[in-house]
Amino acid sequence: MIDALFNWFDERLGISGSGRKMLNKIFPDHWSFLIGEIALYSFIVLLGTGVFLTLYFVPSSKDVIYQGSYAPLRGQPVSEAFASTLNLSFAVRGGLLMRQMHHWAANIFVGSIVVHMLRIFFTGAFRKPRELNWIVGSTLLILAIFNGFLGYSLPDDLVSGTGLRISFSIVESIPLIGSYAAFFLFGGNFPGNAIIPRFFILHVLILPAVIVGLLSAHLGMLVRQKHTQFPGRGNTPRNVVGAPLWPTFVAKTTGFMCLTVAVTGVLSAFFQINPVWLYGPYVPYKVSYAVQPDWYMGWLDGALRIMPSWEIVGFGHMIPNVFFPAILLPGITFGVLQMWPFIEARLTHDHAEHQILDRPRDRPKRTAFGAAVFSFYFVLFGASATDVLANYLSISLNVVLTSFRFLAVIVPLVVFPVTFRICKEMQSVPTAGKRKRANVVLRSAEGGYSTVPSEERPGDTVPRVDPLPLDEDFQFVTVLAGAVAAGDGQAGNGHVEDSEPVPPDEVHDGRRRGGIFKIPRAYR
Amino acid sequence: MPDEPDATAGSQERDDPPRRVRIPVASIRTDAPQFQIAARNPRRAEILAGSGFLLAAAGFAGFGAAYWQNYSNFWLGLTFSVGFGGLGYGMVVWGKYLMPRGPFSESRHDLAPTSVQREEFVQDFASRGKVAVERRGFLVKTLGLASGILGVVLAMPFIRSLGPLPHKVLRQTAWRRGSYLVDITGRKIKTGDLEVGGFTTVFPETDIGGAYSQTMLIRVDPPPASGYLKPPPQFAKQRATWAPQGYIAFSKVCTHAGCPVGLYQELTKKMLCPCHQSLFDVTDAATPIFGPAPRPLPQLPLYIDDEGYFRAQDGYDEPVGPGYWERGND
Repeated sequence: MIDALFNWFDERLGISGSGRKMLNKIFPDHWSFLIGEIALYSFIVLLGTGVFLTLYFVPSSKDVIYQGSYAPLRGQPVSEAFASTLNLSFAVRGGLLMRQMHHWAANIFVGSIVVHMLRIFFTGAFRKPRELNWIVGSTLLILAIFNGFLGYSLPDDLVSGTGLRISFSIVESIPLIGSYAAFFLFGGNFPGNAIIPRFFILHVLILPAVIVGLLSAHLGMLVRQKHTQFPGRGNTPRNVVGAPLWPTFVAKTTGFMCLTVAVTGVLSAFFQINPVWLYGPYVPYKVSYAVQPDWYMGWLDGALRIMPSWEIVGFGHMIPNVFFPAILLPGITFGVLQMWPFIEARLTHDHAEHQILDRPRDRPKRTAFGAAVFSFYFVLFGASATDVLANYLSISLNVVLTSFRFLAVIVPLVVFPVTFRICKEMQSVPTAGKRKRANVVLRSAEGGYSTVPSEERPGDTVPRVDPLPLDEDFQFVTVLAGAVAAGDGQAGNGHVEDSEPVPPDEVHDGRRRGGIFKIPRAYR
Repeated sequence: MPDEPDATAGSQERDDPPRRVRIPVASIRTDAPQFQIAARNPRRAEILAGSGFLLAAAGFAGFGAAYWQNYSNFWLGLTFSVGFGGLGYGMVVWGKYLMPRGPFSESRHDLAPTSVQREEFVQDFASRGKVAVERRGFLVKTLGLASGILGVVLAMPFIRSLGPLPHKVLRQTAWRRGSYLVDITGRKIKTGDLEVGGFTTVFPETDIGGAYSQTMLIRVDPPPASGYLKPPPQFAKQRATWAPQGYIAFSKVCTHAGCPVGLYQELTKKMLCPCHQSLFDVTDAATPIFGPAPRPLPQLPLYIDDEGYFRAQDGYDEPVGPGYWERGND
């Protein structure tokens, strides 16, 4: 039955050919490759829970009197958006779970993208030929942050409404076009009635469509260019070592997806998130104490807080204070982020292709720079909690704020040399970061001491075998192609070998002589 | 009969036995160590994975029951997560311990085309283009003109229709000469409504609850006693009468990012914006003394009419709220 069905499709679509290659697609086993998968799977959770929420959410700022089941707010004037958020949380079965999962998954989504990006950055996976995918990936990060903020604004509660007020001011601060841009975005002066429906359609249709498109491009490029991999036994620039798509990776990754869903579910069951009924509906003249945005906007909020009170006025025009922390800073941040592969290539003059990842310690300058920059944003993130910290530590708000102004400068300046030093130290100890066998100190009859490593026990080191190529027949064909290419005098495409030493038995002289393809030992 | 050879070729192809050779992964050199499963005790791994799936079954069944009985979010989330957790655990154990442990490899092939391929492509593209496009300069130009106009025209509804132009809207609030100060319920405020140190949010009658006209009315110590509220020198003349009997009113819209400056501390006579912690000194014309706010809060000139009601001498004499490009020096 399944056979017949498969044949039916295969005869019409020709799946088997490319499908067989796809079955053999190799996924490296390193744990750090799972972070991007968390992002992917939390996005799936977002889509699923989000569809559920759209069935009940009413994107309207029309005033209604709340008559729902949440007693403390009953009889109060609220917007339809707020009322429907309460309704889907309290009156719809499973609605609160779906809403909390949606919010948790959004936090996990952005978080895993950031960590995934750090992995790519510190291991140099963005270098040629993957610059494009870096740009797509960092665009996804920006879109994820934006869409998170849009969704956070939709319930029209007091906290998110204040966030909207600030974002109006931020848009308004753009030189030349700011007030026009803000009026066009909000459909008039703040607050207006247009922003909730507009943000809704951006949040549920336009941005998700762009994200899905870019995500497909992201994965498509990944399949086409194949994974990078860490240096290791049998790992060469000409192969990918790991588990095949079918069946091993499919089993593991499906399991991993289920675990991502499970963790999101646990968070949503045990930890309340964004209880908008406690904040109350948004009214422009009210504000709540300890107003913090979701964590991924924290660095922006922190930057707004610690920015000195400067404003540029002259020639009848003004560059407002918020422009610097909220437009210029993110502009530079995302600009440098997207252009980083090219910036680094220019600085290092390294224009070669790289399939083998760097260990962070082996690129101390990049690692130190990345750590310093990251620490800067981490300080900004901390600065978004100045009021909470001042309260918690019982010290003056002024002291906390002033300290953060200094920290934002000092911490990166300290982190850079320290990280650099740590990298250098780790480089000089070849076994750093590896599991060590215990040493045994022996005392001889004469009283002298000596140290010997203890005997190896099972499990101390994992016995490794050489990777088994799964594309034998494919290679057989390409070996011939490589010979032809060599005969033509084609020198490949300027591929330069990665710097790590290749084990002698893996030296593929085909490439050295200008052939394109690796010649497996069996055919040499 | 030109069709005949083709037809026979086709039928021959169809008669050929399929070239596809089925090679299940596990059948290539199954003796290779890479094909051995990772588990030392497969039976145990199987039991573990199986119990994961059984747990999942129980979890999902529990979810169904919890939904049916309309249990709380806690039980729904718990059963849901147990279900997916068990499923995930079982799958991972299955994949990690009961499948070939590997490692396997596939080879990379170069993505960049050979220079021959590239040249051929460029040549095809360019030569066809030369014939079809470059000779038709007139068409290219007129097409460009039409598309250009389309682009501009499309931008109009998609940008211009989005909202009104700001014009002077940002420059003025609903406060006018003689506006009564009313609270959110619409009640007119008069002398004696506030205790010393008390404060309340007021609006003009025409814009109750308005985001831009919200104003903080504060009653500070009576002026003769403390000398508070004496305007700073640069405002001394102009603002001398703006705060009658120790009542003073400032715009509640923060000059930093527009949040309501909602906190007033009577002890220090400071207003604090809870969003980004800008601190304004009420005794010094609401000058920002701490935090990111760059400008003082605009002051609303007050007077007390014959019936004792607070009214505005005039609207604000400067735009309230955060800065913007056109604001300039005013």
